[in-house]
Amino acid sequence: MSIKGRDIITIDSLSKADIEQVLSNSAKMQSLLEKGKCDLLKGKVLATLFFEPSTRTRLSFESAMHRLGGSVIGFSEASNTSVKKGETLADTIRTVDQYCDVIAMRHPVEGSAQLAADFSEAPIINGGDGAHTHPTQTLLDLYTIQKEKGKIEGLKIALTGDLKYSRTAHSLSYALSMFGADLVFTTPEELKMGKDFTSALKRDFGVNIEEKTKLEDVVSDVDVMYVTRIQRERFPAPEEYEKVKGVFKVDLELLKNAKKDLKIMHPLPRVDEIAPEVDATEHAIYFQQTYNGIPTRMALIAGVLGVEP
Amino acid sequence: MSSEKELKIDKIKSGTVIDHLPAGSGPTVLRILGIDSKWGTSVSVAMNVSSKSGKKDIVKVEDRILQKEETDKLGLIANNATINIVENYNVKEKHHVSPSEEMIGVLECKNPKCVTNQGEPVVTNFKVESANPLTLRCKYCERIMEKELLEEQL
Ligand SMILES: [Zn+2]
Repeated sequence: MSIKGRDIITIDSLSKADIEQVLSNSAKMQSLLEKGKCDLLKGKVLATLFFEPSTRTRLSFESAMHRLGGSVIGFSEASNTSVKKGETLADTIRTVDQYCDVIAMRHPVEGSAQLAADFSEAPIINGGDGAHTHPTQTLLDLYTIQKEKGKIEGLKIALTGDLKYSRTAHSLSYALSMFGADLVFTTPEELKMGKDFTSALKRDFGVNIEEKTKLEDVVSDVDVMYVTRIQRERFPAPEEYEKVKGVFKVDLELLKNAKKDLKIMHPLPRVDEIAPEVDATEHAIYFQQTYNGIPTRMALIAGVLGVEP
Repeated sequence: MSSEKELKIDKIKSGTVIDHLPAGSGPTVLRILGIDSKWGTSVSVAMNVSSKSGKKDIVKVEDRILQKEETDKLGLIANNATINIVENYNVKEKHHVSPSEEMIGVLECKNPKCVTNQGEPVVTNFKVESANPLTLRCKYCERIMEKELLEEQL
């Protein structure tokens, strides 16, 4: 089964075969991209409906569509539109559906992408719905790992930072488990990944998961370190936040003990969790990771429209 | 019928007999049927009755036929139960409660941030992920309904 005509709402609605297809098409898209002009989606229209601002994600979708030779309509905040006049999301979607072939949306309400999919003929690609999920981030993360390491299976991958609340970390852990990576969850005690989630991954995929509380205990042992932001508001007292922030920092000192080919990833934007001095090292691939969002989104947009590279 | 003796409660003239309920589920079943202190017709509940396959509960309600929504809810908590529709002291129809796989438009998602709670034209939809422990997941926000919040709605 291909992703043609399907909505991309959550990562777990995609099978392993679907994801493998997206990854291999992303690689093809990247070589098309690097060759220059491409008009695979000439005459097609993407609508980007950003009911809450996320400039990075929106520009990445729009750039991907332009690179495919298609065109883009949309809005980047809901305040100027009928949405603020009390129109339901269902009605907005039914209207926009008449104007385009595919919709990428971001909305603050959980489950809004599924609701949009219920009302739209055009496939919906979820660019984030509230605290819920963001499958395109996960796909570009997988693509990045696959590209850098040539494989995902058998790699030892540390996820660090706020695993308890990060939707990115949940979604990525799910996909990495599906692909047979070994996981090392490295977090302060307060921000550990939920027990139910961890046991479901073990049960469903037989994945090896270690749990650690210090970066220095994992840095020498892993192939990829995926860093997420630790948010101040998760801590009851500012001192606790400062303490954790100091310990969960990736800098040159920490990396002295790293494998030579350790790769460090981050969904960006970062705050203090990766020191700028790391940027120039061979370890840092977070800017390539952002770039990889373009070929991945090209593969997704073309894929749901039934166009292969 | 030999089961007549086991029932230990009187026959009803017409209405519904729900048999083979899990022991202890009687009060929940009354709640599902909306039977409270203001209820008018005759209702009997037998709890922890011995039967061939262990203890069970039985609920008999006079002059009452179950609605689809009620059998859906019964399917969540009592999927081995049988529903007997009685007319003139005879069982006219008998069917098994089938385990519910999804609950459409019956329950509310208790996640205030869920799109089903924002005035959108949408019916709720829960997938039953496991019967024991009873686990329901919202199709939209994908949150699992907490046990207490679910029981409150049965
Ligand atoms: Zn919900």
